[in-house]
Order: sequence, then structure tokens, then C-alpha cells
Amino acid sequence: MISLVKKLGAWGAVLPLLGYCAIALGLPIWAILWDGLHLTNPQNTSETTGSLTLANLTTSWHGIYLKGLETSLRLSLFTAIISALVGLFAAYAIAQSKGRYFKQAVLTASGVLANFGGIPLAFCFIATIGTGGVFLSWIQSVWPSFALDTFSGVAVVYPYFLIPLMVLTTLPALDGLREQWKEASANLGGTSWQYWRHIGGPLLFPAALGGFVLCFGSSFAAYATAKALTDGTVPLVTTQIASILSGNVIAGENDLGMALAFNTVIVCGVMMAVYLPLRKRSAKWLES
Amino acid sequence: MHRITKLACAAAAVTLAASACSSNSSTTSSGSGSTNWATVTSASAGGGMTALIAAAKAEGSLNVIALPPTWANYGTLMAEFKAKYGITVNDANPNGSSGDEINAIEHDKGLATAPDVVDVGNSHALPNTNLFSDYEVSTWANIPAGLKDANGSWYGDYGGYISIGCVAAKVAPAPCPTTFAELLDSSYTADYKGKVSLDGDPTSANAAFSGVWAAALASGGSLSNIQPGISYFGKLKSNGEFNATGDTESTIEAGSTDITIDWEYLNSQYASDLKSKGITMSVAIPTDGLYSAYYDQAISKYAPHPAAARLWEEFLYSAEGQNGFMGGYARPVEFAAMQSAGTLDATDEKLLPTVSGSVSYPTESELTTAQNAVTSGWATALG
Repeated sequence: MISLVKKLGAWGAVLPLLGYCAIALGLPIWAILWDGLHLTNPQNTSETTGSLTLANLTTSWHGIYLKGLETSLRLSLFTAIISALVGLFAAYAIAQSKGRYFKQAVLTASGVLANFGGIPLAFCFIATIGTGGVFLSWIQSVWPSFALDTFSGVAVVYPYFLIPLMVLTTLPALDGLREQWKEASANLGGTSWQYWRHIGGPLLFPAALGGFVLCFGSSFAAYATAKALTDGTVPLVTTQIASILSGNVIAGENDLGMALAFNTVIVCGVMMAVYLPLRKRSAKWLES
Repeated sequence: MHRITKLACAAAAVTLAASACSSNSSTTSSGSGSTNWATVTSASAGGGMTALIAAAKAEGSLNVIALPPTWANYGTLMAEFKAKYGITVNDANPNGSSGDEINAIEHDKGLATAPDVVDVGNSHALPNTNLFSDYEVSTWANIPAGLKDANGSWYGDYGGYISIGCVAAKVAPAPCPTTFAELLDSSYTADYKGKVSLDGDPTSANAAFSGVWAAALASGGSLSNIQPGISYFGKLKSNGEFNATGDTESTIEAGSTDITIDWEYLNSQYASDLKSKGITMSVAIPTDGLYSAYYDQAISKYAPHPAAARLWEEFLYSAEGQNGFMGGYARPVEFAAMQSAGTLDATDEKLLPTVSGSVSYPTESELTTAQNAVTSGWATALG
């Protein structure tokens, strides 16, 4: 028994986790793919229900569903870039502050706000900005075409929970920047620009990009907020999945919903493929 | 990420549950002796109402699903049923959708908590007759022919017309619109700006979908052509009148959606609730876009309490149940028959807005065509 454990070594220790992952992540992906590849509503008599087909996946890559995926990607990229930039500067300001309690309070608040989304958030904005009133007239005096129920409206609402997420994920890396490095750079005659260009920037870059990818993922997966704000006039892949799987209008298209879900799995897979190596690199630098 | 993981986990759980349960069929026997209520197609075929009541009482409880207590007076109806027969009513997922109800029948089969009866939109009743038990309530003849399945698989229970709700004080000096044509009247455009809303996304909310269809009927469309309705809202949007925020009582109260195209029973309920808050809201049924739809009752083929399920249907289709729906501003399906029989509750009848004209109902293929048109055209026309 002991020799077996020894032989397995580190793999033995990680085995339960792998088993868990296979059940909690592998099985659902398999289920999504399985359903996505099967037929629920045969269009002609030569096909039977439950037969293998690529029709669902093909449909999910055409017409309104392709547009939904595009809009989702565009919205996520746009809001993630804005949130990453604003969040990074905010996190830097917080990291530089001397107040320990202030820092703790901001971190806690960020943790709460990063999870504050959905219909409550949408309604907060509807009640504040809505369709009439002072706030809207202020915004429209500088941005005449702005409306809460359009793409730009959703893009304004999303950073509300994305910026705290960015602060939350980059603050540890900013705290890891040691004051001594800045002093050493100054002693050697480096300017502030040179410090950020050659030392601070490269150290922060992986963490910042990692935060950006998380913002992207969070924005991509969010849907209740957009659904409450836009009545489907801004097509998003997540709201489309919800309409198909649990709506009151479209019936019997569950397999198409699974095909759409599979597309999102692909997007998430690509995202993680970018994020994981970056996080590894960031951690290596900061530990040394 | 989290939502996707959750969805994936739910999918896994569902798959596991489905494969685990597919081998047991519903074997729950009914409480009363020899009658197998799960296959009985009318109360008289099972030995009469007394036998049905006895069997239902023996089962002791009834599982319903997705019935919001404030919707069509369901809260009161469930309480009355419980008080009358002493049968516990378990309401699972009160804010669920028709899609959720069908999923629950499919995936919970064999469980004691599986739904006994469902209340679904017609789009979900038509394609799922293989999941329902045929049953004809004793007042079957009073349900109009177009609103029930010939075999008794599903039957309309309550419904209503698409109406235009309006807070007059917020749209003045323009009048409250009473037709779809009025909403597009150019002299009112400025006053209606940003105020006209639907009850959500027409690709997932039946009320919004029906609103688009009503607009189609008002603009040259028909039951086989919903496209003019999509164009109608496209026009409202380009006029700046359409507000894509789905209407709820809160958005009306907040002054975000002052004109709401929604089911009459929802608008009337909002109007009644908002009255106490000092907001006067009127509800009109547009004469140019008369569209009506009914929700359907059906008994699950896998009902764990087959007798209680049948008794619930008898209760809903009794004068008491039908008047109960009307107390929640909905139109009971037996309205016409009850009107001629004089069994309508006079007080509740006054709650309903007046209607002039008659409606027809879409067929299954018309429904599918319209769904596809809205699914593919909505975001493009209004994006």
C-alpha cells in the first residue's frame, strides 16, 4: 500500500482534485456537447428525434446568434478595457495610501461591489438615470445619444462591478512592488518614466492583463443586468441562452441552447489559455 | 465564469437525474381502492366527484409550480383550495417560466416533488402533449373550442388582452394612448418620448411577444405575419419613444415606463397597487390591435398526486375558481358561458376593461413562424 502511494507520488495527491474536476467540469461540458450535437426538432421526416447532427452548432454560428456572440465579445472587450484601466489606476492610488484601515475598507467594499450585479444593479441605474430627470440631462448634455437601454447604457453600467473586480485582483501585485526598487532605480539615475518602463511596468503587466481577462470573463458571463435594461434589443449570447432554455416564448429548442453554451465554453477556454500562463509568470517575478 | 460553471453544473445534475430516473416510471397508486386516477379522463369516469375528493384527500398534497401568489389571484386560489379540501399545496419555484415548468416535468419524473399540474403559455402546451395526461373537467363544454386540446391534453384557464397602461399625469399634455396608431401620432411624439415599454424581451417574455403581435395586427399584419409588429417597434425606437427597459410595477412607480404595453391583468394589477401610492394609471384595450391569449392548464403524466391534480382542475374550472381568476383581473376562459348562466361575480366583472370586437387565436405553425421571426428580427430591427 505504502509503496503504491510512493509510486504515485505527487500524482496521488492531486488525484482527488482531478476526479472532482472531471465530475464538476468535465461531465457538464460533455453533457452540453452531447445535447448540442443531437436533434430535438426534426425539420423533415427523414430525420428522427435524438439523431446526431451538426445543425445546432451550425445555427449557433449564423444569423442572430452570430450577432449575439459578436455583441457579447464587443461589449466584454470594451467594458474590460475601460474597467482594467480605471481599476489599475484606482488600485495604484489605494496601494500608495498610508491608511491601513482605509485599504482594508476599500478591499472589503470591492469584494462586495464586484459581486453586485444583476437586476438590483439594473434597477439602481433605472431609478437614478432612467428616462428623464436631472442626471440624464447632465449626461446627455455631453453625450447626446446616451440612453440606458442601449449598448452604451450597458457599457456604462458594467464597469460598476468590473472596476472593483480589477482593484481586487491587482492590489496584491501593486503591494508587491517594493519601495526599495524605486529608490534603487533613482540612485542609478533612472527617471520615473524609466522606472515604470523597465521595472514597474513589466512587473505589473502580467497581473494587470490577468485582471483584464477576469473582467472580460465576468462581463461576458453577466446577463441579468443587460436583460433587465435592454429587452433583448442588444443581443447577447447569455440572454439568448436564457431565452431558449427558460423562456416563455421559444419552446423545444434546448439543444440549440446547449450549442450556444458550448460556444461560450470555447470562449472561456481561450480566455483561460491566455490567463493561466500569465498568472504563473506574474507570480514567479513577485516571489523572487 | 461563475454563471457558466453554474449552468454547466445544473446541466450535469439534470443529466444525472434524467438517466437515474428514466428507469422508474411513476408507480404511485391513488388513495382510493381500485380506481387508478392517473389514467382517469374525467371525474365521472373515476366514480364521480365524491370519489375524486376522497382520493385526493388521501393523497394529502398537491405540487404546483411557477405560480406567483400575486399573479391572476393564485395566492388566494391556493389558500381557498387548501381550506376547502385540507390538501397542502406546494408551490415550487413561484417565479419560474413555462420553460422551467416543462423542464421540471421531464427531469423530476419519479420524484415525490415532481409537479402534478402546470400552468403554461400556449407555446409550451402545444408541443408537449406527450408529457400531459388527458383530462376533461366537468365544465368542459363551457371552454371555447379554440382554447382547448380536442383530447383534453391541455385547456385554457385564464387570459386577457394586450392593453396599453398609461400614467396620464406623466404624458400630459398628450392624452393617454388607447390605440397603437395613436402612439405613432407625430403630434404626440415629444410627449411619449422614452416612455413606451414592453414587459421584457419578446424572445423570452410571452407578454412582450404578444405585445409585438398586437402591434402587428394594428399595422397591417396578421396571425401569419408578425413582421409589421417588429417594424412598428422599430419605428417607435427610431422616434425615441420606445424604452427598452422592461416594465414592472417599480419602473412605473419610478417614472421610467409611463406607457406600458402589457397584459390587461398585469396593467390592472399595477394600477390597483399604485393607486394607494398616489399614482393614477389607466388601462385601455387597443381597438386596432386586439390580441388575446390564454394560459393553459395541464396535468403531468408523471404526477405524484394524480387525484389531487384532477381535483385542482375541477376547482379551477368551478365558478369559484373562475371568478377567483377574475379577482386577479384575468379573464376566465369560461367567461362567456358563465355570463349567460349568470354565475359571474358582478364585482369582479367590473374590474375588467371593456373590449369591443372579437379575436382569433394562432395555430401551432403560426406560433412557430412568429417566434422565429421575432427571434431573428427583434435585435436587428431595434439594435
